[in-house]
Amino acid sequence: MYMFKYVLKRLGLMLLCFAVIMVICFVLIKMLPIVVTGSFGVDKNIQYRKLEARGYITNLQWDENKINIVGFDKVPILKQLGLYLKRIFLEGDFGIGTTMPQYEGQPVWDTFVSRLPPTVLINIYSTIIGVPIGLGLGILAALKKNTWIDHVISTGVIVLISVPSIVYALLILYVLCFKLQLFPLRMDAGTDYLSWSMFKSMMPATLSLCLGSIAGYARFTRAELTEVLTSEFMLLARTKGLTRGQATVRHALRNSMVPIFPSILSEFIAVLSGSLIIEQMFSIPGVGRLYLDAINAQDYDFFMLLSGFYCLVGLAAGIIVDISYGFIDPRIRMGAR
Amino acid sequence: MENIKEIPQEKFAFVGDKNLSHDVKLDTKPRSYLRDAFSRFCKNKGSVVAAIVIIVLVLFAIITPWCTPYDVSTEDINFAFALPKLHMFENTNFWDGCREKTDGFNNFIYYYAMSTELNNAKEGNGGHNAIKNEQYEVTDDGLYVYRLDSYHSNGTQYKKMSVENYELIQQYQNETGNQVIYPTIRTSDRPKATQDNGNANYYFKTRMVNNKTEVVLDDDGNVIPVYWQDVKENIDDGYHSLRIEGQDGIERDGQVYYNVYARYVSGGDVEVRVNYYEYYIFQHTYVLKDGITEPYFILGATNSGRDILTNLSSGARFSFLFAIAIATVNMLIGAIWGAISGYYGGLIDLTMERITDILSAVPMMIVITLLKYHMEETSQILILFLAFIATGWIGMSSTVRMQFYRFKNQEYVLAARTLGANDFRVMFKHIFPNSLGTLVTSCALVIPSMIFSETSLTYLGIISLTSGDITSVGTLIAAGQPFLTTYPHIVAFPSVFLALLMLSFNLFGNGLRDAFNPTLRGSEG
Repeated sequence: MYMFKYVLKRLGLMLLCFAVIMVICFVLIKMLPIVVTGSFGVDKNIQYRKLEARGYITNLQWDENKINIVGFDKVPILKQLGLYLKRIFLEGDFGIGTTMPQYEGQPVWDTFVSRLPPTVLINIYSTIIGVPIGLGLGILAALKKNTWIDHVISTGVIVLISVPSIVYALLILYVLCFKLQLFPLRMDAGTDYLSWSMFKSMMPATLSLCLGSIAGYARFTRAELTEVLTSEFMLLARTKGLTRGQATVRHALRNSMVPIFPSILSEFIAVLSGSLIIEQMFSIPGVGRLYLDAINAQDYDFFMLLSGFYCLVGLAAGIIVDISYGFIDPRIRMGAR
Repeated sequence: MENIKEIPQEKFAFVGDKNLSHDVKLDTKPRSYLRDAFSRFCKNKGSVVAAIVIIVLVLFAIITPWCTPYDVSTEDINFAFALPKLHMFENTNFWDGCREKTDGFNNFIYYYAMSTELNNAKEGNGGHNAIKNEQYEVTDDGLYVYRLDSYHSNGTQYKKMSVENYELIQQYQNETGNQVIYPTIRTSDRPKATQDNGNANYYFKTRMVNNKTEVVLDDDGNVIPVYWQDVKENIDDGYHSLRIEGQDGIERDGQVYYNVYARYVSGGDVEVRVNYYEYYIFQHTYVLKDGITEPYFILGATNSGRDILTNLSSGARFSFLFAIAIATVNMLIGAIWGAISGYYGGLIDLTMERITDILSAVPMMIVITLLKYHMEETSQILILFLAFIATGWIGMSSTVRMQFYRFKNQEYVLAARTLGANDFRVMFKHIFPNSLGTLVTSCALVIPSMIFSETSLTYLGIISLTSGDITSVGTLIAAGQPFLTTYPHIVAFPSVFLALLMLSFNLFGNGLRDAFNPTLRGSEG
């Protein structure tokens, strides 16, 4: 019962926090001048009428010949917010693209969903590769503490953690893709995301993403495991006759996983958000690229949706970590007094 | 014992110098907290090395922009992608501004003829070898292998200029003896192919095959120069300076011909053929007088022909200054916020904590974007600054808050309050110094992440710092990335710098954290 109440409380607080952030974002965005770019084949008047139909502007003023719209009044922001929320909750409508020619007039939600697979796939691959290797290296380093194996792993971990992802992404691009030609330089076009060639073309980005997480997990695991290995119940386990392997697997590993497992869970949530830098560098048509394009083109509906998405992912990852402690380790009773 | 009420004074006697046992003062020197931390820091070899590397990098960032003759925005598209060159290594095949090329005959003879013309122009004025040392090898497949000098491969160019400028170059030539202007070529003798028509390096006979320019060779396999030559009476180019050959004319068919050095074009300007390398030197030493003596880029040049060394060091200087400024401001705000929140506790603490909760949940990108939209007119640096401050102080404030919770009910604080110290004094005189160590350490740990964020934002192009004489390491990387496969040196140097910086800052920060943590004392053995 403690758990249930605690989870409910945390979720409620999270939603409140999310709502506050998004309302502030909405107000700040709606305070900006409205951008209408009549690009090729797109009539400005139609764009104005669309904005009017969505309830963002009102009182369109035409010029003398009734050809062009020259002015308009803005709808009060609170009213816009009401309309916006009503459409989201009643119709699932997050708005339409306005300034980017390729997404002009299309529902932003559909575009967003179509951009999600590459981002998620790359991050899932990276997690699948990164977590076992990271944990393995960390365990190895902890078991062989202060030997050359440990020193090599620790040095590698420090280097990988410190060197920014820009640098090793460039290195991977140059060495693996260009010099050795193991992978293509750009990601394959098209939407056949599960094919072998697509998988191969995603590899460079995946590798540059997972190097960092390998290092992170290795360091974390090593630190946790060395601490558990020196604790007294390990001595007891050995005294009562367990072999070193049994003691390590049954007692040390399980205990050291308590703080590590939540972070793996949160990484699985965070796979959704991806990395802007990696997507930009390997020209991956993912959510990050969409976000960059949207903010450069000042497409506000896209901005609202994607900001909300990133914000929610961040908040959810944080909560998952906290709550999962309670589920993993029965000794921890969240929210108990 | 008998209770004596009043002891007569004479009963008392001075003890004098007899050995009284006071506490013996310690002979050892007292060690202050800082000295202790320092000695522990020095034991950590990695951190010391990292500190030295940081000092070197900082010195590089401070000093280098003053040492290079170039400005950040000095650019020359003709030297775009110039390769790194150091005079020390001129005679080796490393760091000499050259790249090895394997080419077919047509490309090779283009550069070879360029070398021949500019190098043999005049005694003592050579060294314009497009092909390094004019050395080449022919492979079995008939391909030519040679080292192409990226500084001299511009060769010559047609330049339209006013007559005054033309005179100025001649004056420069006469004064220094460096030949800038080379004999020009009749428009009818220039290559027919449109893409090569304006290329001044075709001073020899060519023909067009399949819309491509091909060289016509004489029987000995040499190119045939087609300089514009005429008898003295017909020449009206106003040229009175160095000539490549035949100062007194070239005798042919009983007549003396001279090379023509300029061609009048519409608007009263003249078109001359200049050796671009020498022209660059002329421009910078004679006209602009900006301290640049020759095109010489130690770390090469970018895709727009900017000096990488200058750009990198200026970008680094900006990053350092920026990071330090932000860390200071964040520390100030965080200290004040955390102090109030931690000291007063209760409802004030709760409210302030909720505010920081909400603020810290806002992704950095959203903050940047909103600031960018709302402050389009102001400088990008200010936007970046505000964005980093908007959420950056939260970490610092929670550190300070924790320290305040720990210390605010300690006896010495209660004593201070009993003695009448007001809240402000208790907060900043008695409690705050306790959190200074952790605060400084977290500053050292925050600076690299700040530099990294700044680099990635400029790399993504969300913030562009290219205006004026400000640049950033991220901008350099973003500019060089499209040319990664052909000219890797543009991204290589900024990347190495960035990697080194982050690595050493992390090692340094970790060492500092351990050094300021007294609980670790003696545990390193």
